[in-house]
Amino acid sequence: MRIRNAFAAAAAALIALSGLGATVLGKIRVVATTPDLAAIAREVGGEAVDVVALAKPTEDPHFVDAKPSHIVTLNRADVLIEGGAELELGWLPPLLESSRNARIAAGSPGRIVASQGLQMLEIPAAFDRSKGDVHSQGNPHFLLDPLNVKALATSMADHFSRVDPASAALYKANLTAFSAALDARYAEWQRKLAPFRGAKIVTYHKDFVYLASRFHLDVVEELEPKPGIAPSPAHIAKVIQTMKANSSRVILVQPYQNRRTAETVARQTGAVVLEMPQQPGARPDTKTYFTMMDHIVNSLATALGAQR
Amino acid sequence: LALCGTGEIEGQAASAQASRPGQYMNIGFTTLIDAGWSNASSITSILQGDHDPKVRGFTMPNTEMTLDGAVDPYFKGFANLIWKLDEGGETNVELEEAYVVTTSLRWNLQIKAGQFFADFGRQNSQHPHSWSFVDQPVILSRLLGPEGLRSQGIRLSWLAPTPFYAEAMVTVANSTNGTTFSFRTEESTEIHGGAPIARETNGGRDMLVVPRVTTSFDIGQTQTVVLGASGAFGPNSGGADTRTSIYGADLYWKWKSLTAQQGFPFVSLQVEALSRKYGVDARPAVADSFVTFPADEFLDRGGYAQVLWGVKPRLVAGLRTDRALGDATPFESEFRGDRLRVSPSLTWYPTEFSKVRFQYNYDNRTNVARNHSLWLQFEFLLGAHAAHKF
Repeated sequence: MRIRNAFAAAAAALIALSGLGATVLGKIRVVATTPDLAAIAREVGGEAVDVVALAKPTEDPHFVDAKPSHIVTLNRADVLIEGGAELELGWLPPLLESSRNARIAAGSPGRIVASQGLQMLEIPAAFDRSKGDVHSQGNPHFLLDPLNVKALATSMADHFSRVDPASAALYKANLTAFSAALDARYAEWQRKLAPFRGAKIVTYHKDFVYLASRFHLDVVEELEPKPGIAPSPAHIAKVIQTMKANSSRVILVQPYQNRRTAETVARQTGAVVLEMPQQPGARPDTKTYFTMMDHIVNSLATALGAQR
Repeated sequence: LALCGTGEIEGQAASAQASRPGQYMNIGFTTLIDAGWSNASSITSILQGDHDPKVRGFTMPNTEMTLDGAVDPYFKGFANLIWKLDEGGETNVELEEAYVVTTSLRWNLQIKAGQFFADFGRQNSQHPHSWSFVDQPVILSRLLGPEGLRSQGIRLSWLAPTPFYAEAMVTVANSTNGTTFSFRTEESTEIHGGAPIARETNGGRDMLVVPRVTTSFDIGQTQTVVLGASGAFGPNSGGADTRTSIYGADLYWKWKSLTAQQGFPFVSLQVEALSRKYGVDARPAVADSFVTFPADEFLDRGGYAQVLWGVKPRLVAGLRTDRALGDATPFESEFRGDRLRVSPSLTWYPTEFSKVRFQYNYDNRTNVARNHSLWLQFEFLLGAHAAHKF
């Protein structure tokens, strides 16, 4: 009987605990689906937030496992930041349903959909999967455009302040500082890439379109014949032909993409393969958004400059 | 939903058309087209699952339409409608699942109500298109039934406030149905050899009760383990007051590369072990009404283990071993005898919206026959694709 009472008391305590708010040591818990969103949240939230990312920086963000540990993370979250535009459609919905957390329900202050309010590129006129895995709300790889980052940081500061009004002044100050730093870096990145306006580049997936658009680069081909479709020999032959015709000698790949295919193409075209992680933390020297963009801009400028 | 007792086809991510203003519901449609051959005299003797390919040549054992969306701020709704061709080529329609789930109850609780697959082990609540093999594991067909264990009822689940994932849940549902195979059903002759005893629902003891606990741990950055224990208890059709108890344990382990492309490469192991005690009264044999079988308690047990290797993007090699054992009975049943099955398979996903699967089955039914079967399965998916649970 005593054991049963002890068990009942323990169960009651656990149930009571699970009803408590999730704030730890006064910090709000922010969960970002991907490390790039997390990196920006850290800039805006500063010491008032505790940020974790669900996806690992080196993995394909379209194909993250809906692991049970993520359910626990989401259950305790005060804020969820997702990219939206269907990037996380394959794994986030079942996690959210299991997380049973009203604080991060759609439409609540604790839910940020990064793509909302941004100028999305490549929104298809019609939905047709014979064209590959095209996202109906536009290309979801939008954070390589620093102006999108600025808009997102503003939205984050707004949401954080509504969830945690006590730290609103801090979020505002952090946002101001981050925006100023971003403006400065943006000018520098534009200056570094200005000499290469119109430079023809090739990417593995359609994941550098925002970078190309903002910095006036020209993506002439993707190694994937259609988004999400593996490169075929016929398509690779066409890519090689286009690259030779255009004197395009730079191929951008992310850490999880098939570098071997890119290198095969590079050998036949005299091109250079640049590893360009879009997620902070994928390389030891790219832990923040700024260092990641520095790496991308500097590698591009160096590679394009060497070909002059 | 809510639990990780369900699985996924590894590496398969979903994509769907977004909910746009005016579109309040996701609609998805998947179809399985099976083809194959077997040297078994009767294919329904070796493939007992309702969505298994049960003819030589071609068949379409599962075409399903899934509907889901937010009902309002408090509930999510889900429905799954099935069309399938039986062995004779006739079309059957069934309401497989239709339920609501709460989204914002206090104390980490969640309630699910309607008709749904019971949360027992891993595969029972998965739909055929997300299975890793063409057919249902033998022990699941035998103990949870050809259509899986599902019924009309309610499930309460609680996510523990522990630093690691732990969830406890219990389903209370009707125990009388064609889809509660080991409980009150017209088809129980397969289990006890006698005529089914019709029983009324008089009280709580006549309901089906399915408790489950499950937990999960990440090992480093690349591995995840999920463990579960389940039970299913209720009255059966073997007597006026006889009962069935099913116990199950399940394990899932997965390794996925830190630099996975489209979810590959990966290796996963899934194991389920089940046992069933089925009480029966003395009853006249269906095969010979002059014979009366004595009161008894039948014990069946078995399990399966399957390994999947996601070799490179979109290619998965699999190997499954099935084992099922039933204690001696004075009657013949294809659902009780000892059996071993070994099934290697190879699946290619052109995209996450289609797949082609080859599978070979070596079947050894002790003292009955040894059979060889070869199956080919094609799947296509239109519209929204509900994301797979881990």
